[in-house]
Amino acid sequence: MSPAPTGRALHDCRDAFAETLMELAETNPALIAVCNDSVGSSKLGAFQQRWPERLVNVGIAEQNLVGMAAGLANGGMLPFVCAAASFLTARALEQIKTDVAYANTNVKLCGISSGMAYGELGPTHHSVEDFAWTRVIANLRVVAPADPEETRQAVRAAAEHPGPVFLRLSRMGVPDVVPAGYAFAIGRALRLRDGHDLTLIANGTLVHRALDAAELLARDGIEARVVNMATVRPLDEAEILAATRETGAIVTAEEHQVHGGLGSAIAEVVVGHDPVPMKLLGVPGIFAPTGSASWLLDRFGMSAEGIAASARELLARKRPAATR
Amino acid sequence: MNSSRPSAQHLAGIARRIRRRDLDMIYEAGAGHLGSELSCTDLLVALYFGELQVDPDEPSAPTRDRFVLSKGHAAGVLYVTLAEAGFIDPAELATFMQPGSRLNGHPDRKLVPGVETNTGPLGHGLPVAVGMAKAAKLRGESWRTWVLTGDGELQEGSNWEAAMAAAHFGLDNLALVIDHNRFQQGAAVADTNDLAPLADKWRAFGWHLHELDGHDFDAIFAGFDVARSTRGRPTCLIAHTNKGEGISFTRDRVAWHHRVPTAEEYAQARAELTEVPS
Repeated sequence: MSPAPTGRALHDCRDAFAETLMELAETNPALIAVCNDSVGSSKLGAFQQRWPERLVNVGIAEQNLVGMAAGLANGGMLPFVCAAASFLTARALEQIKTDVAYANTNVKLCGISSGMAYGELGPTHHSVEDFAWTRVIANLRVVAPADPEETRQAVRAAAEHPGPVFLRLSRMGVPDVVPAGYAFAIGRALRLRDGHDLTLIANGTLVHRALDAAELLARDGIEARVVNMATVRPLDEAEILAATRETGAIVTAEEHQVHGGLGSAIAEVVVGHDPVPMKLLGVPGIFAPTGSASWLLDRFGMSAEGIAASARELLARKRPAATR
Repeated sequence: MNSSRPSAQHLAGIARRIRRRDLDMIYEAGAGHLGSELSCTDLLVALYFGELQVDPDEPSAPTRDRFVLSKGHAAGVLYVTLAEAGFIDPAELATFMQPGSRLNGHPDRKLVPGVETNTGPLGHGLPVAVGMAKAAKLRGESWRTWVLTGDGELQEGSNWEAAMAAAHFGLDNLALVIDHNRFQQGAAVADTNDLAPLADKWRAFGWHLHELDGHDFDAIFAGFDVARSTRGRPTCLIAHTNKGEGISFTRDRVAWHHRVPTAEEYAQARAELTEVPS
């Protein structure tokens, strides 16, 4: 079990998402929200009330949802497509590839309730393949913010970026993790804690668990670096290679299948430049059993204790600096 | 546009020239979708030379009309038409599907001026066109959106998602032209996954429906006028066409979906397309 987050308020990042969208919409009349009967689950109720005509609800039809968004962008609008991540990515993947990424239309794809946020609703509603599907598509930025402040800044950065972006958002409560004065940029990782024994790299809902794991490791005298890698594509290769060079071992943790996601992306960089031992934590290649997201993450070795245990195991395999 | 539309005779001349160049291009490239392109040539000519408010000198003008070629495999005839209309240099057609050419087998809006969206996988054009028409409505602008689909591609479910949305949003600034040549890649549409009754389907989905002869310019323009004057709902124009129209031995022959002519066939086709009908 994760340590009780005493004194830490947990936030649903959808609130920061929806508030920021409205702030942007106040000053940019081209900004519209496009959704698939997902007004409530995307927290767009206030947006709809404020600008009923700028909330385009296409009903339960994801191929048309994304295709229309590409056309809306062609026609001069700035569409933020808001839909459950599982249906947005799986159902409309060819539209994302062809109409949005290949055609380079200025569409922002916001996958809400990603990962296993729908918990007990089961694997049909889990979105634990979306990093893999989206990050192999050329010309598509893939971003998974970790807390409300990073969500706010990521939404603004997506609006400013002149091209396709996939924002992967959750509904699972998370504490604040980014420091005051933090400036988010697409493609730039954030080092949240320094250390030289190994590096824990996570994003989204796993960042605070990685920080807690580092705290546990510190009690044993192990100094773990913790990196929040919100952008899965393009990756911050410099930060990854700093981790290999300066810490010699990397544990990754993500609310995604262990195949093809953040850990795999990092491993592609590591193996090509500076191979060091790695441990990739994620959903272990199965359809998850019934349970809440938090329970499932714990079960898959991603409680703070679980991440710390993987770190200790990895340290045993780490080569001395002189031989690297 | 009505008053300034060129004569049917003039357009027939343009269409013959485009068919000829398209045939040459496919023969030179050794690839292409001849049958699919010949069936929609007259529709493209009517759109580009008698309807669309587009300007080759300003292909991205914000209030231009939008045209979406959903049947992206007919890219070849789109390129020839865009060259004829001044969007690209006719000399560039010689590079069709050659290594490094921007004239890919399916159109890329990033590379080719006048192309509005990237198509190739079927069932993509109509949803994008619905988005364009919705954008014009949201912006209070008067430009129109035209989308040309094949008939076989209507087997893709995405079209019917878009059809519902277009009617729901009352997009009377949107017109769909179906190149109803009755054949898909492998066989007749009716023998594959029949669309009939096609007109009834569109009516049931809330569209204004009009049928026309897709090789008769006067009939095509009459259909365009129907689309322009329809209020409160989108218009679907079912254009009855012939696959391979314009060459005797390719007409209505499914084998010519993407066959490349032999030297003999090429010579005969060229001769047929060069004769000026009396």
